[in-house]
Amino acid sequence: MRDFEYEAPTSLGAALAVLAKGNARALAGGTDLIDQVRLGRHSPDVIVDVKKLPELNGIQHDTSGLRLGAAVPLYKVYGHCGICSDYSALADSARIIGGIQIQSRASIGGNICNAGPAADSTPSVIALGGVCVIAGPNGTREVPAEAFCVGPGKSVLQAGEILVEIKFPARVAHSGSHYRRFIPRNEMDIAVVGVGASVVLADCRQKFVSARLALGAVGPTPILAQAAGDSLAGQPVNEVTIAKAGELARSVAKPIDDMRGTAEYRLHLVGVLTQRVLNAAVARARGEKIDNVPGH
Amino acid sequence: MSTATKPKYKVIGTRPIRHDGADKATGRAKYGADIKLTGMLYAAMLRSPHAHAIIKSIDTSKAEKLPGVRAVVTGADLPEQGDRIVELGEGAVNMRHLSSNVLARGKVNYKGHAIAAVAADNIHIAEEACKLIEVQYEVLAPVMDVVEAMQPTSPVINSDVKDDSGKPTNVAKTYLFEKGDLAKGFAEADLVIEKEFRTATVHQGYIEPHNATVFWNADGKVTVWMSTQGTFTARQQTAELHRIPISDVKVVPMEIGGGFGGKISVYLPPVAAALSKKTGKPVKLVMDRAAVFEATGPTPGSSMKVKIGVKKDGTLVAGDAWVAFEAGGYPGSPVGMGCMCVFACYDIPNARVQGFDVCVNRPRTNAYRAPGSTQVAFAVETIVDELCEKLGIDPIEFRLKNGAQEGVRRVDGPVFPRIGMKETVQAIKDSPHWKTPLTGKHRGRGVATGFWFNCGLKSAASATVNPDGTVSLLEGSTDIGGSRASISMQLAETLGIRAEDVKPSVVDTDSVGYTDVTGGSRVTFATGIAAIEAAKDIIGQLKERAAIIWECEAAQVKYEDGSVIGPKGKKLTFKELADKLHHTGGAVIGRGTSSEATQGGAFGTHAVDVEVDMDTGKVSILRYTIAQDAGTAIHPSYVEGQFTGGVVQGIGWALNEEYWYDASGSMKNATYLDYRIPTCYDVPTVETIIVEVPDPQHPYGVRGVGEVPIVPPPAAIANAIYNATGVRMADLPMSPPRLMKAILSK
Ligand SMILES: Cc1cc2nc3c(=O)[nH]c(=O)nc-3n(C[C@H](O)[C@H](O)[C@H](O)COP(=O)(O)OP(=O)(O)OC[C@H]3O[C@@H](n4cnc5c(N)ncnc54)[C@H](O)[C@@H]3O)c2cc1C
Repeated sequence: MRDFEYEAPTSLGAALAVLAKGNARALAGGTDLIDQVRLGRHSPDVIVDVKKLPELNGIQHDTSGLRLGAAVPLYKVYGHCGICSDYSALADSARIIGGIQIQSRASIGGNICNAGPAADSTPSVIALGGVCVIAGPNGTREVPAEAFCVGPGKSVLQAGEILVEIKFPARVAHSGSHYRRFIPRNEMDIAVVGVGASVVLADCRQKFVSARLALGAVGPTPILAQAAGDSLAGQPVNEVTIAKAGELARSVAKPIDDMRGTAEYRLHLVGVLTQRVLNAAVARARGEKIDNVPGH
Repeated sequence: MSTATKPKYKVIGTRPIRHDGADKATGRAKYGADIKLTGMLYAAMLRSPHAHAIIKSIDTSKAEKLPGVRAVVTGADLPEQGDRIVELGEGAVNMRHLSSNVLARGKVNYKGHAIAAVAADNIHIAEEACKLIEVQYEVLAPVMDVVEAMQPTSPVINSDVKDDSGKPTNVAKTYLFEKGDLAKGFAEADLVIEKEFRTATVHQGYIEPHNATVFWNADGKVTVWMSTQGTFTARQQTAELHRIPISDVKVVPMEIGGGFGGKISVYLPPVAAALSKKTGKPVKLVMDRAAVFEATGPTPGSSMKVKIGVKKDGTLVAGDAWVAFEAGGYPGSPVGMGCMCVFACYDIPNARVQGFDVCVNRPRTNAYRAPGSTQVAFAVETIVDELCEKLGIDPIEFRLKNGAQEGVRRVDGPVFPRIGMKETVQAIKDSPHWKTPLTGKHRGRGVATGFWFNCGLKSAASATVNPDGTVSLLEGSTDIGGSRASISMQLAETLGIRAEDVKPSVVDTDSVGYTDVTGGSRVTFATGIAAIEAAKDIIGQLKERAAIIWECEAAQVKYEDGSVIGPKGKKLTFKELADKLHHTGGAVIGRGTSSEATQGGAFGTHAVDVEVDMDTGKVSILRYTIAQDAGTAIHPSYVEGQFTGGVVQGIGWALNEEYWYDASGSMKNATYLDYRIPTCYDVPTVETIIVEVPDPQHPYGVRGVGEVPIVPPPAAIANAIYNATGVRMADLPMSPPRLMKAILSK
């Protein structure tokens, strides 16, 4: 492992100044970064700890929506009542990333910035309509979550830029969301396929008003399955419409064969999980409790 | 749960706290990676990125010039071995192959093959220096598949491995065992099932990586601190690889974080020794996880074809097995043992077994818990299940009818002494699990039986009586499964003292007599016998001391229930007499060895309930019961621990574990993220039934328990999956993608 400097600035301005010096990397929980540096995948000269930046470490939840600081640890995400009730998919993701040690350090921001195709929070953030707020040498810009990742390990972040927070719209009536992944074991595993969904139902709760679906681990980046979600708008909630959404989700998945599963198997799982996730999101939209065995 | 308790014992069968418990529970126990010596250097290794290549040149000059680097070694720094075959305690080994496996010579036979090592002031410098070593390869086509490697057209991996006609081949060894008249047997059969099977390369998955710290002193004496299953074989391998006398090497065993057979061959000590010799400093070498997966000794993947014939009434008449095991980069898979195990659970009058040890470009395989038996049990026990189904015979009754028992001859020759195969089947039949009907959708139940030989080999122990009535026990079996406790308990039982009054130490090769490896389920059996012998030696000496005190003949003194008893009702307890030893001739030291005793073999029968997610192919283990013959359970908790551990590893083989290679022969899952051993969420609490059919060859009836519990799980789970889904799986692992595909194509 190459030697590096460690900086822990306490203001966003100071952090941007350090990052501007070049060959620097942000460290949130470090649960991805430390291993990557140790294994030589990254060899930064400076590591900039962002855990001490107030802008990145708050949760604001009010009638206008949710603003989640990029460095907030996962245990605070699923420990937040407002997130659990109004942004359930995000809490689902936070609850299954790693074990308790990981969750005490790791962040949603780190999960997204790491840009892993199988990252467990990104599909939830996309499904919930999250927008990434990025600060850099040229000011602040906003990027929708579905456009944030551009390839395995690659995001829209430019040198010197930092993810500050993720903004989510306010929850509307009769809406619900869910994330689940398939893993061969029941813990400590990486998603073979992950699916996040958020649905809005009509007052009668028998019809979809709208839906957003996002897929993980079936392409170089997490994928917004736009057509699959759109197909549900105005449709009745039933097996046929949900199965059709599953079919449409399969049509945008571009999985590969690897040690985690065959492409054929992943395609099959996209259909299965999409249906399971939509059913659970609908149940939540109807105010029901869902019982979810992690890993299925 | 114990089936038959033995009231005549005071210590055996109880559950004292283990002697090493406090150290292990508080983290004070010292492992190989904890070693820090004054002036110690840290070493790193350069490993091959190719699965199969000729090394054209190695240039270490840039690495040597990096500040902080103290020495670099390659295969050229180890002495030539010629064609020597050396007996290393666990079988004969071709020394050139062993040496080339430790540091490649001219060729790499698998990805991760060690090429060079660097010793430096710290590990980071050593790792950086490895990157500066320039190696030129001529990359060859990798041979990954055991069946393809057997074809005459296959590239040959080792030019010195030849067939009978002298032609180089990948088939390093063939086996043939026959019994009865095969053709006649199959002619008598009313039903014959023949199937092909595949099992994956699987790693033992111990948590602690291999490690060694070596100091080559100026006087030529070498000390090795390491994690090993056998200090004496590590000493011999290290000495032979450097061609120095064994007495020049002392191996100091550190605590061991799991081995399961994988910590018998040496990988690091000869390399650290070469670096220490060059630098005059102690050198520490620890593997990372990727090296453990890619460059130690997993269990072979296999290809098998098995055919079994039965009569309508369920009588087994004939069995034929063709078994090919991946040896890895050098010969030496346990296929011979697999061949001996394949039909061992049954009384089959007519049988044939053919075995093939086949080199492929994977790491050189090694022992893993009942080596070879789990693979073959998967084949035979799933065919037996199918035969039972087709004949409408209960699989338990089939096993009670055809099971091996005393007097039955194995296909490879030996006749079974008293064994407990049928008793384990009966125990499952009587278990709460088997008696509880299984209900629910997509759920199924399976049963399977397994066999392992267990071995005797050699052990030594010595024990000194302390003035306060305790005994310090020195033994040489590195403690993987609670053996300090089980050996101390046998010493205590023999002496009539408490287990807590024995202080066991596992000591280095200069401090105890020759002791074979912790393997073959032998330690509680054989080192136990050595401890019993040491206790008897102590008893003999105590009688003499009492005779001195009482001024009588030693022959007039008896030893009973922890006391010496003399003429006219004279009596001294062990503790009272211990206090008088200093006035009657000094220390009493007992010694004992075990070398002749062999074991009768161990059997286990398992029952499992599964539920299958029909949309994803994922299997959940709902309930698991193991019944196994332990002979006599010395410390039932550790017997149950071995049962549970074996079952959990077997569940790993069954459901997820496999080496996943890309087309270039590169393992893509050399991490615990993607090499999926079961977690605690993946296994239920295993219900254990200890069956006790004492082995007459041990004074207290011990049978080894460590290995056979891994044998039945994959077959039992396959049978349960069939019962749940109607799909018969013939390939391991039965991972979700594979099972889903089978369900969809049903
Ligand atoms: C044992 C273990 C289990 C795990 N299990 C899971 C799992 O189940 N699911 C899963 O998805 N992941 C898992 N992970 C991966 C990892 O924990 C997650 O991706 C986590 O969310 C990363 O967050 P972090 O805060 O630790 O990121 P870090 O490691 O600190 O950063 C990750 C990357 O993002 C960059 N970065 C971080 N914050 C910012 C920022 N604000 N602006 C710009 N760049 C930034 C870093 O430079 C780095 O490149 C696991 C990891 C471990 C070690």
